[in-house]
Amino acid sequence: MNLEFSPEEVAFRDEVRAFIDANYPKQASGSGLRDDMPPEDLTAWHKILGEKGWSTPAWPTEYGGTGWTPTQRYIWSEENARVNAIMPLPFGVSMVGPVIYTFGSDAQKEEHLPGIRSGDVWWCQGYSEPGAGSDLASLQTTAVRDGDHYVINGQKTWTTLAQHADWGFFLCRTDPDAAKPQEGISFILVDMKTPGIEVRPIKLIDGGYEVNETWLTDVRVPVENRVGEENKGWTYAKFLLAHERSGIAGVARSKRGVEQLRDIAKSETLDGEPLISDFDFARKVSQLEIDLAALEITELRTLAGEQAGKGPGPESSILKIKGTEIQQRLTELTLEAVGHYGTPYYQSIADAGSNEYPIGPDYARHSAATYFNMRKTSIYGGSNEIQRNIITKMILGL
Amino acid sequence: MDFNFTDEQTMVRDSLSRLVRENYDFETRRAAIESKSGWRPEIWAQLAELGLLGMPFAEADGGFAGGAIDSMIVMEEFGQGLVVEPYVPTVVCAGGFFKHAGTDAQKAEHIGGIVDGSRVYAFAHAEPRGRYDFADLETTAKGDGDGYVLNGHKAVVIAAPWASHLIVTARTSGDRRDRDGVSIFVVEKSADGVVTRDYPTVDGRRASEVYLENVAVSADALIGEEGKALPLIELVTDEAIAALCAEACGAMKVAHAMTVEYSRQRKQFGTPIGKFQVLQHRMVDMFTEYEQSVSMTYLATLKLGEGETERKEAVSAAKVRIGQAAHHIGQEAIQIHGGMGMTDELAIGHYFKRLTIFDSEFGNIDHHMKRHIALSADR
Repeated sequence: MNLEFSPEEVAFRDEVRAFIDANYPKQASGSGLRDDMPPEDLTAWHKILGEKGWSTPAWPTEYGGTGWTPTQRYIWSEENARVNAIMPLPFGVSMVGPVIYTFGSDAQKEEHLPGIRSGDVWWCQGYSEPGAGSDLASLQTTAVRDGDHYVINGQKTWTTLAQHADWGFFLCRTDPDAAKPQEGISFILVDMKTPGIEVRPIKLIDGGYEVNETWLTDVRVPVENRVGEENKGWTYAKFLLAHERSGIAGVARSKRGVEQLRDIAKSETLDGEPLISDFDFARKVSQLEIDLAALEITELRTLAGEQAGKGPGPESSILKIKGTEIQQRLTELTLEAVGHYGTPYYQSIADAGSNEYPIGPDYARHSAATYFNMRKTSIYGGSNEIQRNIITKMILGL
Repeated sequence: MDFNFTDEQTMVRDSLSRLVRENYDFETRRAAIESKSGWRPEIWAQLAELGLLGMPFAEADGGFAGGAIDSMIVMEEFGQGLVVEPYVPTVVCAGGFFKHAGTDAQKAEHIGGIVDGSRVYAFAHAEPRGRYDFADLETTAKGDGDGYVLNGHKAVVIAAPWASHLIVTARTSGDRRDRDGVSIFVVEKSADGVVTRDYPTVDGRRASEVYLENVAVSADALIGEEGKALPLIELVTDEAIAALCAEACGAMKVAHAMTVEYSRQRKQFGTPIGKFQVLQHRMVDMFTEYEQSVSMTYLATLKLGEGETERKEAVSAAKVRIGQAAHHIGQEAIQIHGGMGMTDELAIGHYFKRLTIFDSEFGNIDHHMKRHIALSADR
């Protein structure tokens, strides 16, 4: 047992660090992903990594994976977090990609995997519906066979960044008479330019527009766009969710966030002293750091299990719950740290390019919006309550 | 990075696990802790025979060249069975002092006695008014010819009733709470002027109030350098904390498993209570707390060999996190057991009590939180 990197791993870290420092695009650097950025900034790093062959590290090598060990992938996310990198969006790389190379036809692999790797094709996820959130299997969107096509009708919601998407993967009901709600669902790939698709932005509490309602009205999709067997889509959907959860802990990003929080708390003052020397505040920061250390080792243990050949199992639900709780507490503490300057509604204050004095310190600008936005993390990807149901069933056996 | 045990470590774990399972069942333990002596010397002898008391020592000192990971494995099994025998006071604490700072003669005498099971040590560090500060000492050791004379009152010395020897912290110079001037001595419990008042602890162990009344010891009773012992005490108690964290993990594992099992058997409103989602989620949270604790035990154990700051930060983080988890799991286990959890007859209450006392050993949550804050302030 040991926590050290081997000499090879140290060399690997140096290599990826040098590559990131030399190639990370300037226009995408700053405070991480935000929905009001130009879409090309959101995919700039993805495209560079695609050319380097590093955009899909976790994939099997035959489909373009890097063959990195879990430890190397951990180093990779640590090094990217150092520069607050905007990583390839998960919808292609971590969600539909693994479904396609695992369950898709050869034609689907050939058509879709290259665009996911390169970052040229933007994917979105059509899972949730207004009436199907945590109870995803109650979804109502239908796909009815008409010759060589499915005709899709229904409404999806929370389709993240669908305003930029080229393709989407949709769960549709293909057998309305199935005995159980989980049966009779199919997993279908849809070109977002197909007539009958309308994407309407949803304004969120942070003032941003990162999610949408997606309306599908008589959308005709070739039958060959179905992944795997008809009516077996639930199996693929669950497989995808387990993959989605494994990266969801966000340990490296949260570590970077704690560093930034410490910096803010050194700048802010309380009773004439740096905020970080206030015991009550310092205690909250230390508690957060301690919990994050526990999560980090737990993730490393899970990675070590993967290295030994175990796939992402129900343990990833623990990573999801603890990881999102920490992200939320981190953003809450950051908002607390900035004090008064958490209050202005910066999105509606146009001071870019104006001669006005900026309002408040730079680090305060996104603190409230980020805190509001991060409330989503314990809801998406299977709410944290659903994760507890999964652990109840799969680990406690109740 | 590697989270696997070696084959030898797996063998040790398996043989100890068997010993605990076959010879340390709950009723046997209950009879032992209520007996006159309160422990089972024959188990101690078996541990010596299996080589478990010699694992963390160098071969040159008569040990088996293991280290903190071996103590972690031992204490995790001890925690599962609520084993009361004094591995931490004797092997980790006393053994640690001799290992790190003993002279060749001290090592030969004392480590030899630990490894073969003939000697039991207790660590007398706490005092009635010192709380968790190892330097806040009213006990004094004054030079007298070639030796020292010790006076003072040591509080709640775990395992002292079973011990042949005491490791005593005392002030040789300076004022209360000075970092300098702290020294460590090994004292035979039978020495003139050592007066003990023995009693049981709430978690099934035995302890003593130790009064030192003009106890004369020779110069070779001093371990390490006179007046410079505080860093050594911090190192050894960090090692002890890591071992206690492992013990807590073992106890939490069993407390959680017992609770899940009970929820399967116990019916109310015509259904097993384990079917109620409100209880399921609470048992999931217990499990999550346990898993985080295992991670923190690994972190603390694997950082013991690092530099002082890194080691202390990791150990304090673990003590805080596992202290919280131990309270959480203990309290939830009793709640989910309902009225039965309140009875002495069920094992769960005994796990709860051990997990409760864990927090106050070598500094509680607040103490280690303060140490973590102080260490991280420079980052």
